[in-house]
Amino acid sequence: MSLFDPIRTHMPLRRWVLAAIGIGIIAYCALALNWSWLQTPKYQGMIFQGVWNTIWILVVTMVLGFILAIPIGFAQAAGPWYLARPAQAFCTVIRGTPLLLQLWLLYYGLGSLFPMYPWIRESDLWPILRQAWPYAVLALTLSVAGYEGEVMRGAFKGVPQGQLEAARAFGMSRWGIFRRIWLPQAVARVLPTIGGETVLQMKSTPLVATITVIDIYAVASRVRQDTFIIYEPLLLLALVYLIIAGVIVALFAWFESRLPKRVV
Amino acid sequence: MMADGSALSASLDLLAYSPPGWGANLLRGLGNTVLIALGAYGVGMFLGTLGAFGKLYGGPLTRDLLGLYTTLVRAIPELVLILILYFAVTDLVNQALLALGYARIQISGVAAGIMVLGVVQGAYATEVLRGAIQSVPAGQIEAARAMGMSPLLVARRITLPLMLPAAIPGMANLWMIVTKDTALLAVVGFNELVQESRQAAGTTKAFFTFFMAAGVLFLCMSLVSNQIFARIEAWANKGTKRGGI
Repeated sequence: MSLFDPIRTHMPLRRWVLAAIGIGIIAYCALALNWSWLQTPKYQGMIFQGVWNTIWILVVTMVLGFILAIPIGFAQAAGPWYLARPAQAFCTVIRGTPLLLQLWLLYYGLGSLFPMYPWIRESDLWPILRQAWPYAVLALTLSVAGYEGEVMRGAFKGVPQGQLEAARAFGMSRWGIFRRIWLPQAVARVLPTIGGETVLQMKSTPLVATITVIDIYAVASRVRQDTFIIYEPLLLLALVYLIIAGVIVALFAWFESRLPKRVV
Repeated sequence: MMADGSALSASLDLLAYSPPGWGANLLRGLGNTVLIALGAYGVGMFLGTLGAFGKLYGGPLTRDLLGLYTTLVRAIPELVLILILYFAVTDLVNQALLALGYARIQISGVAAGIMVLGVVQGAYATEVLRGAIQSVPAGQIEAARAMGMSPLLVARRITLPLMLPAAIPGMANLWMIVTKDTALLAVVGFNELVQESRQAAGTTKAFFTFFMAAGVLFLCMSLVSNQIFARIEAWANKGTKRGGI
């Protein structure tokens, strides 16, 4: 079942032709286009830094967002109205407005508000709040929380009543039911979708470049501005994102294959 | 309380329709956003329909190429695709024009935005419509073929109407995505709603006011769209039996 299986068995002619054309295009890009900027140590360092920033922002915001999404989804699925309504409103607002707008609202809006309060400027947090990345992490985390909160709502609702009733009949406490029955089954339901959601989140990360966070997109823009090379940095950018997406998909496929199949 | 009241009225003054206020600019941006979203959605649906039929009924080569298209578009950020397609297509069109002996042209922001977002939408629409077509019972299509209908007639009379109920939730979702994706064109400097609000905010330094106003406009747009799609869904489901649980 590996990726290379078709070759060993029997790859049809058209695939060979397509592969040859693909390799030809790559060879043309590698030889005919201008990649000299890749050899400068300055840009090499920037590219590694950019890729690293993209990846840590992706991982941190996915994890934090998902942790937030659990109570948001649970409040909507089983909470009293005074928790369910705000959670629902939060999801509607996050899902109904562009992420770019949320990002700019937080960065420029909060960023212009904070300096007006002297106690914020004098606090120990100020050196951090003056930078751009906290706003990027906050906006992307809230975005994950909004989208995944909606998904978790469906997952919590989808857990069969019989499971919860059986747990209650065993005399489990409410917290015990949530921790041992409700949450694990809800998470098992959303696991197959999280890989796709992570790829979607990765596609949102270049937006942070618009608020001066130096991710790989910002590095490519910088190279384009410095050298006046139009296409090459963009092609490198596309390649980097393709590789990250491929790694995400492969990781989740591996992770899913290690999980026991759902019995429900 | 006095300060709050005057801040509120100052915000409202900024949002007024006539010139000292920026209301007209925001509404013009909203108009552009809706225009691009509608155009890109149309292009996307067209490409998606072709792509879905190609993936299901096309030859092996067509299927491979379509697979490549949907995979690439779904793995590369829209922002990067917008830049690549914008520069590459403008360049290609101009080179073709020069080769044919015409002068260079400047492709308008609206046209470029519609085309780029349309290509992105097309990839997602391909998958949505493919799933919907697969939900049509095979017997229906076989029966239509047995009646001697041409493939085009089968598509028009049987497949497309029967797949609609399954396609509409996904297509509604894609509409929500494209309205929000128009915001990305702000990054390349196109004057849609987010860019207009940024310009207004940058000039007046009232960032909260204008970004909030743009957010409210986006929310209104999504709420209205939800209503419209609910109507369409009810219409598409007319006459279908609902499986009771």
